[in-house]
Amino acid sequence: MIVRIMGEGQVRLDDGHLAELNELDDELLAETRAGDEEGFRRTLGALLDAVRRLGAPLPDDSLEPSELILPSPDASLSEVRELLTDDGLLPG
Amino acid sequence: MSGVMKRMGMIFRAKANKALDRAEDPRETLDYSYQKQLELLQKVRRGVADVATSRKRLELQLNQLQGQSSKLEDQGRKALALGREDLAREALSRRAALQQQVTDLETQHQTLQGEEEKLTLAAQRLQAKVDAFRTKKETIKATYTAAQAQTRIGEAFSGISEEMGDVGMAIQRAEDKTAQLQARAGAIDELLASGALDDHSGLAKDDIQSELDRLSGGTDVELELQRMKAELAGGSSSQQAIEGGQGQTQSQQQSKSDTPRFDKQ
Repeated sequence: MIVRIMGEGQVRLDDGHLAELNELDDELLAETRAGDEEGFRRTLGALLDAVRRLGAPLPDDSLEPSELILPSPDASLSEVRELLTDDGLLPG
Repeated sequence: MSGVMKRMGMIFRAKANKALDRAEDPRETLDYSYQKQLELLQKVRRGVADVATSRKRLELQLNQLQGQSSKLEDQGRKALALGREDLAREALSRRAALQQQVTDLETQHQTLQGEEEKLTLAAQRLQAKVDAFRTKKETIKATYTAAQAQTRIGEAFSGISEEMGDVGMAIQRAEDKTAQLQARAGAIDELLASGALDDHSGLAKDDIQSELDRLSGGTDVELELQRMKAELAGGSSSQQAIEGGQGQTQSQQQSKSDTPRFDKQ
């Protein structure tokens, strides 16, 4: 599957790595909800590192839709929370 | 996947869906419609085959009946030759009954043949329509795929889709940082002006230098006053006093140059 790190580009990731990433991803969501800035930064860094380590980067000129999208490395907790709670985009 | 990754993906997909309005893929609809037409064509063909089978069965029955009719005619002729008129009459009456059946079957055969021709023609027309539809469908699908690709590219450039969403955000971040830096520069200027921050550039005066400047400015005023007073008095003693005063000033200046630590370098 193709994962995009915002501001960096896309990587192709083997589905087998999803379980490992999923744990970090769930942790990140919990920290975002709880407003744990320190935890958020640490987990986001770990998640992005894992995606970079496990994935193969796609060329910049490829135009493939991403199945998963990750915030940019310097995204703040408030930015991410704002995106996730934008009622205009997420139905319900 | 239930965390940030999926939810971020949903956000961008929601944006992309809004942009493309892909509630229904026309290519799938076209393929479905083509499939239905093929099924209809298949039914018509099966109908033609059924009618043709019935026609052939009728032909076989007709042949059989005609064979029996010929046989009865022969039997009648032989019976008559043997002088058995009663037998000949029986044979001919049976033949007459068969002949009626043959006539009925021939009518049915003609009707079936007419139906078969009509159905064959309908099947041929339908086949032509289905072929035309297939060509059109493929053209429409190709056009749609091209349009979709074009939309996606356009969408990417306008920053709607996730493909360029991050570029848009990167620009936004750069703008935010620039604004932040500008605001910070403005704030630093204000703090420097208020004296809350020290200026290490050496361009601004410190408080000691300001006080010295103020004092030396005051001395100049005093000296000027003395000079004016002396001019008004016009006396040589006054002139001497002035000279003495000047001397004092010179010694003051000398003293100043002896203490360079207060000088603004």
